[in-house]
Amino acid sequence: MAVQPSPRQLAVLKILLFLICLLPLARLSWGAWQDSLGANPIEFIQRSLGTWTLNFLLITLLVSPARKLSGWHWLLRLRRMLGLYAFCYALLHLASYLWLDQFFDWQAIAKDILKRPFITVGMSAFILLLPLAATSSNAMVRRLGGRRWQQLHRSVYAISLLGVVHYWWLVKRDITLPVLYAALLAVLLGIRALWREQERRRQTNF
Amino acid sequence: MLIRRPSDILPSEITPRELFLRRRDFLKTAAGAALLTAFPAIAAEKLAGARNSLFSTTETPTPYKDVTTYNNFYEFGTDKSDPVEKAQRLNTRPWSIAVEGLVKHPRTFAIEDLIKLAPLEERIYRMRCVEGWSMVIPWLGLPLATLLKQVEPQGAAKYVEFISAADPQSMPGVKSRVLDWPYVEGLRVDEAMQPLTLLALGLYGEVLPKQNGAPVRLVVPWKYGFKSAKSIVKIRLVEKEPNTAWMKANAHEYGFYSNVNPAVDHPRWSQATERRIGEFQKRKTLPFNGYAAQVAQLYAGLDLQKFF
Repeated sequence: MAVQPSPRQLAVLKILLFLICLLPLARLSWGAWQDSLGANPIEFIQRSLGTWTLNFLLITLLVSPARKLSGWHWLLRLRRMLGLYAFCYALLHLASYLWLDQFFDWQAIAKDILKRPFITVGMSAFILLLPLAATSSNAMVRRLGGRRWQQLHRSVYAISLLGVVHYWWLVKRDITLPVLYAALLAVLLGIRALWREQERRRQTNF
Repeated sequence: MLIRRPSDILPSEITPRELFLRRRDFLKTAAGAALLTAFPAIAAEKLAGARNSLFSTTETPTPYKDVTTYNNFYEFGTDKSDPVEKAQRLNTRPWSIAVEGLVKHPRTFAIEDLIKLAPLEERIYRMRCVEGWSMVIPWLGLPLATLLKQVEPQGAAKYVEFISAADPQSMPGVKSRVLDWPYVEGLRVDEAMQPLTLLALGLYGEVLPKQNGAPVRLVVPWKYGFKSAKSIVKIRLVEKEPNTAWMKANAHEYGFYSNVNPAVDHPRWSQATERRIGEFQKRKTLPFNGYAAQVAQLYAGLDLQKFF
């Protein structure tokens, strides 16, 4: 079934999506205000922001396959917002580490980044996100040119992988959730590899 | 009809002013007690013990709510909230601890015997988790040495092994293979005999809540929290160093000693600082969790970097 929202409907949809994406943050803010985040609220906030960064990265990666499978091309128009939300939650996650967790103890932070592989990996992922966020506007797409822009933004695959590794390496013992994220990412990247391979074969057959 | 004049009222019948002012508290407590009696699962049984100031910190205890809702007890799941949510089905009466191995008088202690072994003491200890957070907890218990003296360890006994309950019926976490069950911990005999080493039966003046390791657990305040085995069913005196659950899980990250040491990092995170639950800024972690004066001599000549 082809679903094609009108420009007006799409605008409403975007506003709704914008608000929905704010819900995890709203819940954390409310919880912090009400002191209902448990005995270790700082840890809770930090973990939750990290989890939502990963969630938004995976949701962003879901857009393109979902479009292809459903034929709803307008889904692509929502992708930038989802990607920017991934960046936004990553930024807040980093801020919670620098401020709430380490309280700007730059010496300890520098040591952490160099010495703790899971922090090195997380920090790398964040730094790699910066150029993507910076080139998210239409003007930047035009300036870079579609092909170069697309090549740059493919780094989101590596970033997501680093994000999952960051999670995997930080858990103490129970790796159930990191494994789940790794599996979801494998599906999202695997389906792309499969389609590319099919495309390549089709073209060589001509 | 007898009408008493004011002078007829005995002084003992007059409610003291401070009690009178707290009359609403009394009603609330009474109402609470009635509720608890109606729902025995959440009734906290009182347990008395005189404070042992010699072994207690004067630091402010962590609130009861935090101590009893933020726990690591993997037999009930790996989430901090799993123990309080899932441990209530654990049946802690009857319960007994078998003390065996290289001892002159092997014996099984019912929990009621343990309570009568020595007057219970309240000891307010710092507790430092290997994950980088800490609490201050008013435990109730007796020195482990008191129990060990009853069974008389043989000369060949060098280590004490602690084995926790592992009942898949009441402990849902045991069905997962996150650790090799049952949970096993161990101490050197001299560590076990150290007066700070406590067999805890309660906290905050009441019987140990199930999520905190009821009915009886170990408390070794100068070591990371996981050394303090919960819901113990067996204590064995042995010659060889016990292979503990965490060593089996990852010997590279968790050593037999696991003394709190800010100078020896966990391979994946720093141990230099800790977050005291309820505090915003981190505080510096102290060697042996602040108990160096009492226990450092146990490790004289031992390379603490190597034997972490």
